[in-house]
Amino acid sequence: MLLNLESATVRFGGRAVLDAVGLGVAEHEIVCVLGPSGSGKSTLLRAVAGLQPLDSGRILLDGHDQAGVPAHRRGVGLMFQDHQLFPQRDVGGNVSFGLRMHGTPRDERRRRVEELLDLVGLPGAAGRAVAALSGGEQQRVALARALAPSPRLLMLDEPLGQLDRSLRERLVVELRELFGRLGTTVLAVTHDQGEAFALADRVVVMRDGRIAQSGTPLEVWQRPADAFVARFLGFENVVGATVTDGVAVTPWGKVPVPDGAPQGARTLLVRPAGVRLVPADEGLRCTVAARTFRGTHVAVRLRPEDAPLLEAACALRSAPEVGDEVGVEFDGAEITVLG
Amino acid sequence: MTRSAAKRRGNAARLGLMAVPVAFFAVFFAYPVAAIVARGLKADGTWQLGRIGEVLAQSDVRQVLWFTTWQALASTALTLLVALPGAYAFARYDFPGKQVLRAVVTVPFVLPTVVVGSAFMALVGRGGLLDDLWGFRLDTTVWAILLAHVFFNYAVVVRTVGGLWSQLDPRQEEAARMLGASRFAAWRTVTLPALAPAVAAAALMVFLFTFTSFGVVQILGGPAFSTLEVEIYRQTSEIFDLPTAAVLTMIQFVAVGSILALHAWTVRRRETALRLVDASVTARRPRGAGQWAFLGAVVATVAVLILLPLAVLVQRSFGGAGLGYYRALTEDEGGVFLVPPIEAVGNSLQYAVAATAIAVVIGGLAAVALTRRDAGRLVRGFDALLMLPLGVSAVTVGFGFLIALDEPPLDLRASWILVPLAQALVGVPFVVRTMLPVLRAVDVRLREAAAVLGASPWRAWREVDLPMVRRALLIAAGFAFAVSLGEFGATVFIARPENPTLPVAVARLLGRPGDLNYGQAMALSTILMIVCAVALLVLERLRTDRTGEF
Repeated sequence: MLLNLESATVRFGGRAVLDAVGLGVAEHEIVCVLGPSGSGKSTLLRAVAGLQPLDSGRILLDGHDQAGVPAHRRGVGLMFQDHQLFPQRDVGGNVSFGLRMHGTPRDERRRRVEELLDLVGLPGAAGRAVAALSGGEQQRVALARALAPSPRLLMLDEPLGQLDRSLRERLVVELRELFGRLGTTVLAVTHDQGEAFALADRVVVMRDGRIAQSGTPLEVWQRPADAFVARFLGFENVVGATVTDGVAVTPWGKVPVPDGAPQGARTLLVRPAGVRLVPADEGLRCTVAARTFRGTHVAVRLRPEDAPLLEAACALRSAPEVGDEVGVEFDGAEITVLG
Repeated sequence: MTRSAAKRRGNAARLGLMAVPVAFFAVFFAYPVAAIVARGLKADGTWQLGRIGEVLAQSDVRQVLWFTTWQALASTALTLLVALPGAYAFARYDFPGKQVLRAVVTVPFVLPTVVVGSAFMALVGRGGLLDDLWGFRLDTTVWAILLAHVFFNYAVVVRTVGGLWSQLDPRQEEAARMLGASRFAAWRTVTLPALAPAVAAAALMVFLFTFTSFGVVQILGGPAFSTLEVEIYRQTSEIFDLPTAAVLTMIQFVAVGSILALHAWTVRRRETALRLVDASVTARRPRGAGQWAFLGAVVATVAVLILLPLAVLVQRSFGGAGLGYYRALTEDEGGVFLVPPIEAVGNSLQYAVAATAIAVVIGGLAAVALTRRDAGRLVRGFDALLMLPLGVSAVTVGFGFLIALDEPPLDLRASWILVPLAQALVGVPFVVRTMLPVLRAVDVRLREAAAVLGASPWRAWREVDLPMVRRALLIAAGFAFAVSLGEFGATVFIARPENPTLPVAVARLLGRPGDLNYGQAMALSTILMIVCAVALLVLERLRTDRTGEF
C-alpha cells in the first residue's frame, strides 16, 4: 500500500471529526471518499497532507510513519476545494511553484510548465493572470500546479465542486483518463456520488468521521452497507423488515426478496424500479402524492395507507397524475436486504 | 507530530516573534514611564499614595481635568458633525479630483501638531489673516482649539468610516428596499448598523487624540486653556512639581487605557462578517442639483477648514519679505539656537529615518505575531499594549527617557539614538494597525497550498505573505516616517539643544517675540508640511483598497 491510515483520529473540541479511520490506497489506485458535508472528508485529506495533526493513530506513506514530517516534506499533492491559486503570480508562476521549491532548474521548469498546461488543455496560458481565468480554467491550473512536482499521491478536495454540471461531467471523464495515462495515485473527496462513481476505482463512504462502506462503485451502488449509505445514495424506500424464507414482512405488506438473503430483522432497500404500478384494486393501495420529471423517467411519490411513502420510477407515458389511486406490486429482483 | 506538540511549537514561534517587541516596550516605554511615576510618588523609599488625593483636591487640577474632558468631547462631536457628510461623499460619489482631495484631507493628520497650531495661529491668531482683514481673533477662545482639532482629525473619520462605507454592498440596501423599506428606513436598518462600529471606533480615536492633545493646545491655548498633557509638561519642565506631574500622568494613563479598551471592543465588533465589495463599484456620479450641492458643500468645507489654514501658513512664511524668512533660517544669529535653524531639517530627516527603521522592525514582528485570529488572551493583551504609546503622555515618555536611561547599563543620554527610539514608540502602533488587517486577510490555505507544494514555513511566508504585504509595509513605513517627523511631546525633552528637530525648532521660534522669529516659524512649518505632504502623496499612490484603521 502506498498510503495507510491506522486508526487515525482527529478531534475538534470534544467531537471526533476523524474517528479511528483505517484506510489503504494502493499504488496507481484512484480512491474516492464520498460523504455528506461535515463527515470528515476534508479533514482526512488535511491529515494526510500534514496540515492537520492527528490526535492519535498513524499515517504511513510507503510504509514510513509520517508523524513529525511537516507538510512540505511529505511529497504529496493537494488540490484545494477553491483552488487557492496564488493571486500575485500568473498561471506559469503558479504551476512552476512546486518545481521551484524542489530546486528544478529554470529550463526544465519552463518545459514542464508547457507540458502540463498542454496536458490540462490550456496550451500557451503561462503568461495569463489567474484573476482573469474562468472557474473551469482555474480548476485546470490548480490541477497542473498539483501535478507539477510529480507527487507520489495526489489528493483532490471536491475537485469539481464549484463548476457547472455539464463542465463537471466532461471534466470527470477527462480526469480519469488523464490519471490512468499518468499512472497517478489519487485520493479524492466529494459529496457528489456521480462524480465519485465516474472517477474512482474504489469508493469509500464516510459518515460522522467513520468509514461506513468501502468497495468498487458497482458494489456500493448494488449493495449499500446500511440504511445511511442507501439513503445517501438517494434511495428513499428503506425500511425495517423481518425476513423469513424469501419473504420480508414490511410496513408495505409482504415483499419478495432474492434467494439467499440474510434472515431475521433486517433493513430492506426497494429500488424505485422495483415498485410496479398496477390497477388500484390490485396490490397495495396508494394515492399519488407527487410526481417529478427526471428526463428519462418520472419519479412518482406514493402514499399508502398507514405506511411510509414509496418512490416508484415510471415510464413517461404511463405515469399517473397527482391524486390518482393506484395499486403497487414489488419486484424481488430490485430489492436488496442490507447488512 | 501530535497535536499538542504542533501547538506548542506554534506558540513557541509566536512568543519568539513577540520577544523583541515586548523587550523593546519594556525597556523604552514601561520602564521610563514607571520611573517617572516612581520619582513623583516615592519619597525615602516608600510610596506616598496620599499625594494622589492631595493633587486631586487642588482646584486648578480639577479644572484642567474638566477642560481636557469637555474639549475632547466637543472636538469629537464637532469632528463627526463636519466629517461624516465628507465620509459619505468620498464613499458614494465619484467626481473629478477625488483622489487629490482625498490626499489633501489626509495631509493634516500626518502634520506635526506644532504646524497645525501655527497654521491656525496664522489664520485666527494675533496678527493673523482674519485679524488683518476684519480684526477678528479666536486665539483667546476655545474655538481655535476645537477648529484645529477638527482640521487635524477630519481624515480619521473620512478614512475609518468612509473606507468601510465605500465597501458596503449597496445591494444590501437594495434588498431591504425590495422588501418594502423606504430609502431612509433601508439606510437606518441596513447601512447604519453596519457603520455604527466604525463610527464608534473613529469617534474614540478622535477623542483619544484630542484628549491627549499637546502641541495644538500649547500654541493656541495660551495661559487660559490647558489639557492634562500640557499641564504635565508645565509641571515637569516649568514648575518642577514632579508629584503632581506623576499623578496627572497616572490619571491620563487610566483614562487612555479605558478608551483603548473601548476601542479594541468596537474594532472586534467591526470585524464581524460584513459583505464587503470593491470600493470602485459602489461610487457613482452625483445626480441632480441636490446631490451636486451636497458635494459642493463638502468640498467648500474642506477648502475653508483644511486648505485655507495651510494656504495662510504658506502665505505668512513669505509675509512681505519674499524669501527673507527662509533665508534667515540658514543664518546663525538669532541666539535661539546654537546652529542655523535650517539644520533642523537634516536632523529631523535623519531621526525620522532611524525611527522608521526601528518602528517597522518592531511593529512588523509584532504584527506577524498577532496575525493568527485564534490568538489567546495573552496575545490580545499584547495587541492592546502596542496601542498604549498612542495615548500615554508623550511628555512623560520623553522626561522618563531622561531620568531612566541615564545610568549604566543603559546610559543613552549622550546618544543620538534616544530621539529615534522615542519617536519609534509612537510609530509602532501605526505600523501594527496598517499591517495587521492585510496580514490577517492572507488566506491560511494559500500558505498551506505552498506547503504541500514543498515550501518550508519560512519559504511559504516569503513567497506568499511577503509579496501581498509589501505595499502595506511601505505604507506603514510612510506613516511611521510622517509621525516621527512630527513627534513633539517627547522629542522636546530629549532633543539636544544643538540638534533640534523641525517641530522643536518651530515651537522655540514661536515662543520668541518678534516678526522675524514668527516668520521663520512659519517658514519652517511650511517646509515640514511639504515634507509630510510629499511622504503622504507617495503613500496615497501605494494605498491598498483595504479598510485601514488610519
